[in-house]
Amino acid sequence: MKDEIIIAGFGGQGVLSMGKILAYAALENDLEVTWMPSYGPEQRGGTANVTVILSDRTISSPILDAYDTAVILNQQSLDKFESKVKPGGVLIYDPYGIHHAPTRTDITVVPVDAMEATIEMGQPKSYNMILLGALLAKRPDVPVEAVVRGLKKALPERHHNLIPVNEAAIRRGIELASKE
Amino acid sequence: MKDNVKLMKGNEAIAHAAIRYGCDGYFGYPITPQSEVLETLEALMPWETTGMTVLQAESELASINMVYGGAATGKAVMTSSSSPGVSLMQEGISYMAASELPALIVNVMRGGPGLGTIHPSQSDYFQATKGGGHGDYHLIVLAPSTVQEMADFVGLGFDLAFKYRTPAMILADGVVGQMMEKVVLPEQRPRRTNEEIRRQCPWAANGKQGRGKRNIVTSLELDSAVMEKNNERFQRTYREIEANEVRYEELYTEDADYLIVAFGSIARICAKAIEDARAEGIKVGLIRPITLWPFPYAAIEKAAKHVKGILCVEINAGQMIEDVRLAVHDSVPVRHYGRMGGIVPNPTEILDALRREIIEPSAK
Repeated sequence: MKDEIIIAGFGGQGVLSMGKILAYAALENDLEVTWMPSYGPEQRGGTANVTVILSDRTISSPILDAYDTAVILNQQSLDKFESKVKPGGVLIYDPYGIHHAPTRTDITVVPVDAMEATIEMGQPKSYNMILLGALLAKRPDVPVEAVVRGLKKALPERHHNLIPVNEAAIRRGIELASKE
Repeated sequence: MKDNVKLMKGNEAIAHAAIRYGCDGYFGYPITPQSEVLETLEALMPWETTGMTVLQAESELASINMVYGGAATGKAVMTSSSSPGVSLMQEGISYMAASELPALIVNVMRGGPGLGTIHPSQSDYFQATKGGGHGDYHLIVLAPSTVQEMADFVGLGFDLAFKYRTPAMILADGVVGQMMEKVVLPEQRPRRTNEEIRRQCPWAANGKQGRGKRNIVTSLELDSAVMEKNNERFQRTYREIEANEVRYEELYTEDADYLIVAFGSIARICAKAIEDARAEGIKVGLIRPITLWPFPYAAIEKAAKHVKGILCVEINAGQMIEDVRLAVHDSVPVRHYGRMGGIVPNPTEILDALRREIIEPSAK
């Protein structure tokens, strides 16, 4: 088992955190994992991305130019990464703010109305967890229970009261993506 | 999940490993991409547990001179910075080499020259391995490629520094500093007691200690005849280090037709390129120098006997390639591939470069 994942969007959307929670879930599940962020002047409004690799074997390169799975949160990232999904791979994206939808036909494209869902749930801060849920629906690399345990490790203790909200968002994401 | 397996950044692993080694003091100044070393130490507050001092100095100059002072008393002290900050430290490093003091310096490299970029680079290879400051000296230079090695090389660096009484450097880069992966941290060791320091470091400037005469630590010697003797002693130490401490890793070299030589994070990206090449039937091997000084000349010379060409992949304009060429004496073609300015080559680029430069150079 090996899943080479890119998560990309605006800084502030929770791209790095989504990757971090997934990485902790992999740790909980005894998988090998690397988490490599684009670091630097990324901040709210700029672009941010993170490469997460999950594998049952030792991982060589933490930096890639082709991915099994892409989770895309804005147009710039879609423009940058659509062509880098391997044939047969999965591209999950939120159509909110996307003007040019993905055109590839050799990959599975999964639109997930995460922004709409997060507004509906009244929990805008758990936006990224809806997309993480969508990822888990299409790539069940780690069980949801491991992700919830991962949440506990990734979130500082003062935010542990938000775990149920985040778990609900993950489950909503799974639901949304399972329809696709 | 095993309880002792943690997920953390390379920079965080350095901080944890320093405390667990029983390090006496860290003196540093923040700079991307290594600020998490100081941040993690401040968050862990080791002064309340092991008694380790953690100090954010007013500059890199101050940091390295605090390290110089601490090292002179026989304490296990360290600093960390990134390229422009390490340039500022060179005077102090040269003085410590001349004063035969053990210390650990961590450089998490970013792209230069100048203030350059905050993104990863390996362009301080020359500075680290050829003596970044003035005078005939070397540092023991360790190049980690994983978060585990970031943790392990803290203890190894200190041990070697004390064994040979010379500063050691961990030469990392922004990739291995910023990435998170699994790591098993070393066991917590107590800091050495004053009695242990007295025994292990009879040269330390820590009072008379019943010696009758106090020790003086200095790099100054105005009598040239004595200074030459001092230099001869340094050189004997360097020959001893070269004889005993060369470390490297080999991957797929047994049946290789082509060889890649790469250190640090880029060696892992090369390993991926090699996996891809082997899937196509191209037999490529990898030598990853772990000690950049002393350099594994003999291992590369031996591996070169069986290959048609060597690609030296570095995140710079071509620095380690000079040592690779020295190792193989023009017996096989040696070419460089690298990116600069904070761009890290990806596996496909590396495989393309191998084809272009080594496998089918005539097609160029």
